Amino acid sequence: MDWTLFLEWLIKSLIVVLMLLVGFAYLTLFERRVLAFMQVRIGPNRAGWQGVLQPVADAIKLIFKEELTPGQVFQPLFTLAPIITVIPAVVVAAVIPWGPDVELFGRTIKLAVADLNLGTLYVAAVASIAVYGIVLAGWSSNNKYAMLGGLRSSAQVISYELSLALCFVLVTLMAGSMHAGEIVEAQRGLWFIVLQPVGGIVFLIATLAEVNRAPFDMPEAEQELTAGYHSEYSGMKFALFFMAEYIKMIAISAIAATFYFGGYREPWFLAGTWLSVDVNWWLGPIYMLIKVTALLFFMVWIRATLPRMRYDRLMAFGWKVLLPLMLVLVFVTAVGILAEAWWLIPVLSLAAGAVAVFLVNQALTKKWQRR
Amino acid sequence: MSLELILFFVLAIIAIATALGMLLSRSAVYSALYLVVNFVSVAIFYLLLDAPFIALSQIAVYAGAIMVLFLFVIMLIGLETLGGELNWRQLVWPLAMGILLLVQGVFLVIQRVGRDVYIGQTGTQLSDPSLMARVLFTDYLLPFQVTAVLLLVAMIGAIVLSKREKSNQEA
Repeated sequence: MDWTLFLEWLIKSLIVVLMLLVGFAYLTLFERRVLAFMQVRIGPNRAGWQGVLQPVADAIKLIFKEELTPGQVFQPLFTLAPIITVIPAVVVAAVIPWGPDVELFGRTIKLAVADLNLGTLYVAAVASIAVYGIVLAGWSSNNKYAMLGGLRSSAQVISYELSLALCFVLVTLMAGSMHAGEIVEAQRGLWFIVLQPVGGIVFLIATLAEVNRAPFDMPEAEQELTAGYHSEYSGMKFALFFMAEYIKMIAISAIAATFYFGGYREPWFLAGTWLSVDVNWWLGPIYMLIKVTALLFFMVWIRATLPRMRYDRLMAFGWKVLLPLMLVLVFVTAVGILAEAWWLIPVLSLAAGAVAVFLVNQALTKKWQRR
Repeated sequence: MSLELILFFVLAIIAIATALGMLLSRSAVYSALYLVVNFVSVAIFYLLLDAPFIALSQIAVYAGAIMVLFLFVIMLIGLETLGGELNWRQLVWPLAMGILLLVQGVFLVIQRVGRDVYIGQTGTQLSDPSLMARVLFTDYLLPFQVTAVLLLVAMIGAIVLSKREKSNQEA
């Protein structure tokens, strides 16, 4: 292994980690401002121009806060849990390609930290590890509320992980590869959200549940569980949980952009012009940034719009609606690919989605009439 | 000593230490966590053998899904710590069998020292998912299907058990 390769990896990892950390800081501001805008408030606008220094002020506040460790907690897991939560959130971003191959200093550089040919499987593996931090935080706090928050979270993540994994199967089927770069290249001209619209929507729902965002933020439902698994945490340890949640949001948006929204590729109507990534490679990261920001806006928008779901309905929705629907979608996609009729996939996908909505509606109406 | 060999020995020590920790820990939660670390170190062994697909499946299935369920059940039931002293009399048979297995393993290793190591499939085949799927669905189709049926039976069994409990409560 020559040292230039090592240097290349180091620089790429540093860039990705720094992007995630800075992204986390400004995502908090972005969320607060967008929420304020949607709720006809002003939001934080005092620190610096339009509040750009607000994240710095928050960070300083959190660092200098007193860090309490309650007497009843189980050490060392209580201290380890926040760290275990952050690591998968950062690590999962490694396989996401930020642009096409680049010729720099006489060598070809791939704009992804890990050029793994099992990209989708890697994401599924890391996502399945991510729940440990929350579960352990809930248990080691030795507090009923925290424990219930941790248990709820693990049940929720396990349930929605199945649908999420089947979404990865869909992407792998349509692209004919598990490699994230090849998945992006397979979406040249036609994004997978167009080819498999219902699959993309289920993916977005499942990711919201996976990162515990509203309307699926069960583990921290304030009215029921105070603050859920992080009730006993304060100071920087609390900040780490906060950070993990926002970094997961960024990472999962980048994954959604890569798998369903064409990744670093330009939209179809720009192909062949000078705005294409094939002409100017540096447009790749910019397109990626735009798509990730749009998806993050979508997540905040949902939080501002929808109330929190009830817990048993959340589980019923995951197991009785999403999972059967995803199984049907996998079957339908495989049929479309085998028959070599690509137009069949979106048609059948939309039909399956319509049937699912109809059945749910039917069941809910019946329940309402019985009452 | 090559880098890979050093890595192997470090991992081997971690794997054995966590396995022992899993057996000897008095707390069920720590036991489960030792087992998670053990699974992850085994996954890295697979990576060293050029089998990233198996490594990632190991993490996704065992370290991710199954152990999370284990932890979930341990926490839900609340059987977190083992009470009382260790009962050595209960351990006689398991210990005897374990020692037998160890002796067998050491014997096999000594017998084979110096010979070339041969792994069934070559590394390139194991790293490519489509080639691996082809092997799995042609040469090993029967074992694959039998495993699937086995898992289905286990699943149906779990459903039947939980259903019966519920109907008893209602009656």
